[in-house]
Amino acid sequence: MWEQIQSNRTRSIMLVIGMGLILVALGYALGMAFTDNGLAGLVIALVLWGIMNLIALTQGDSILLGMANAKEIKPSDHPRLYNVVEEMKIASGIDTMPKVYIIDDPALNAFATGRDKNHISVAITSGLLQKLNRDELQGVIGHEMAHIKNRDVSLMVWCSILLGTIVILAQYGSRMFIFGGGSRRSSSNEGSGGGAQAILMVAALLLIVLAPLFAQLIYFAISRKREYLADASSAQYTRYPEGLASALEKLGASTEQLRSANQATAPMYIINPFRAKGKAAANLTSTHPPISERVRILRSMNGASYHNYDEAFKQVKGGHVIPPTAIKLDHDETIREASDEGPLATEIGRARETSNALWNMNKYQTVDCDCGVKLRVPPGLKGQEIQCPHCGEIHQT
Amino acid sequence: MWIALIVILALVLVLGLWFAGAYNGLVGLRNQVKNAWAQIDVQLKRRYDLIPNLIETVKGYMTHERQTLESVTNARNLAQQLSTSTSVEARAKAEGELSSALSRLLAVVENYPNLKANQNFLALQEELTSTENKISFARQFYNDSVMKYNNQTQMFPSNIVAGMANFKASEFFEVKVEEERQAPKVKF
Repeated sequence: MWEQIQSNRTRSIMLVIGMGLILVALGYALGMAFTDNGLAGLVIALVLWGIMNLIALTQGDSILLGMANAKEIKPSDHPRLYNVVEEMKIASGIDTMPKVYIIDDPALNAFATGRDKNHISVAITSGLLQKLNRDELQGVIGHEMAHIKNRDVSLMVWCSILLGTIVILAQYGSRMFIFGGGSRRSSSNEGSGGGAQAILMVAALLLIVLAPLFAQLIYFAISRKREYLADASSAQYTRYPEGLASALEKLGASTEQLRSANQATAPMYIINPFRAKGKAAANLTSTHPPISERVRILRSMNGASYHNYDEAFKQVKGGHVIPPTAIKLDHDETIREASDEGPLATEIGRARETSNALWNMNKYQTVDCDCGVKLRVPPGLKGQEIQCPHCGEIHQT
Repeated sequence: MWIALIVILALVLVLGLWFAGAYNGLVGLRNQVKNAWAQIDVQLKRRYDLIPNLIETVKGYMTHERQTLESVTNARNLAQQLSTSTSVEARAKAEGELSSALSRLLAVVENYPNLKANQNFLALQEELTSTENKISFARQFYNDSVMKYNNQTQMFPSNIVAGMANFKASEFFEVKVEEERQAPKVKF
């Protein structure tokens, strides 16, 4: 889907440049307002941006995952999740196996991140993990892998750095306005050009208030478009749009909010972590298209190819979401059958599987007693023996 | 005179650049096809490795299914022998037979409730299900890559470059027999 990425990229670059201009304007205005030297402000803004870039490009992904309280898992901790991630890695044709993280949180959400194509990670909450069967999990992970494949992840990193810099500058700027900035200038500039100065101050003030807002609007605009595309890719990878559709339905029905999300990380999740229940947020300030719409598009697909997604999109919303040149050679792709879920078809089975993974991740040992009781041995246990509270048998640890 | 020369030079330059671009594009696609093929290979090998474990675990429980078990082992050995062969079609056929033998085996698991409670077996079953999925996803990506590559070698104007530099169309990895088209259904 190179052509598709290409056409998206031009639009994204324009939006990133827009955000960059806001940053430059803000820096210049702040410089003018406080030092009479716009360039000084500009330099400060760019240096700050440079530092943030440096941090983000060297350890941005680990900071993000740390902020989300995500813990990395081994294949043996949660075989089903790890396998599904690997399946989607293969289906999407990505070269590196992403690191897999679980966030211990009852909220339902998932996201992908990475600083370049060799350092990629997928994270999912434990709540979502036990809600989804294999096909649904595949749909969600497929969506996340599509974000990696379509380069959305690196774009989002870029945008969130710009947004972060703008927000920091605006915050410090407003503090300087409140504490002391004005008094210094009234002594140095007395008499000369007071009117022009006042206008500049007002302009700087306006920018301080509006810049973060504008930047955020741009940021959201970038992310919304890409959600549809990632849905289309997920359907194409899994050859089973219903999986993602029913996963999205479960995601939409939950009211639990993710504890560890914040405004800057919001667009990275599969659904907006801040949405209010039942609110169709198809307005400027939403990072994601409404879930019901995404589900309807996925369910009206007659096949699993990009071309099929585009047709379904036209039918539900009108217009195109994928550039026609990208799919001119696309043909219909048959949708596969639902897979057999086995013992993990019920939520109880999956809850057990997920809690096993969480115990393992926290380095608890598990001892199976002959009476059928499972003993969880904490990592710091003193002594070598543990007695089963049910049957009294003594186990060596 | 000079103008004509410059125009000709410019034309040659543009043509050369286009040729280089088209050539590199074809090389990129051909490498993608190769990588995709390697992915299928990795997963098929993983399946060869899993089957002896599966047979070992299942043998004690399935005393009346010697024939089914043997057919799986035979199909596996045949497929592994053919894995060094270069013919995509012959391999696809052998792998398809292995898939259907496996699906027959997993279908009779239904009759052995004790086996279905065995933790070892359950873990193996997850691995096997996932490996089957990985094989079909790898095949899907391979076929998509072949399609893209073949389109590029056959469509005008890149077919000129393909013809001159000897880029040949690749074979699809198709599973021929109707019954074999489905990955084994893991029943419980």
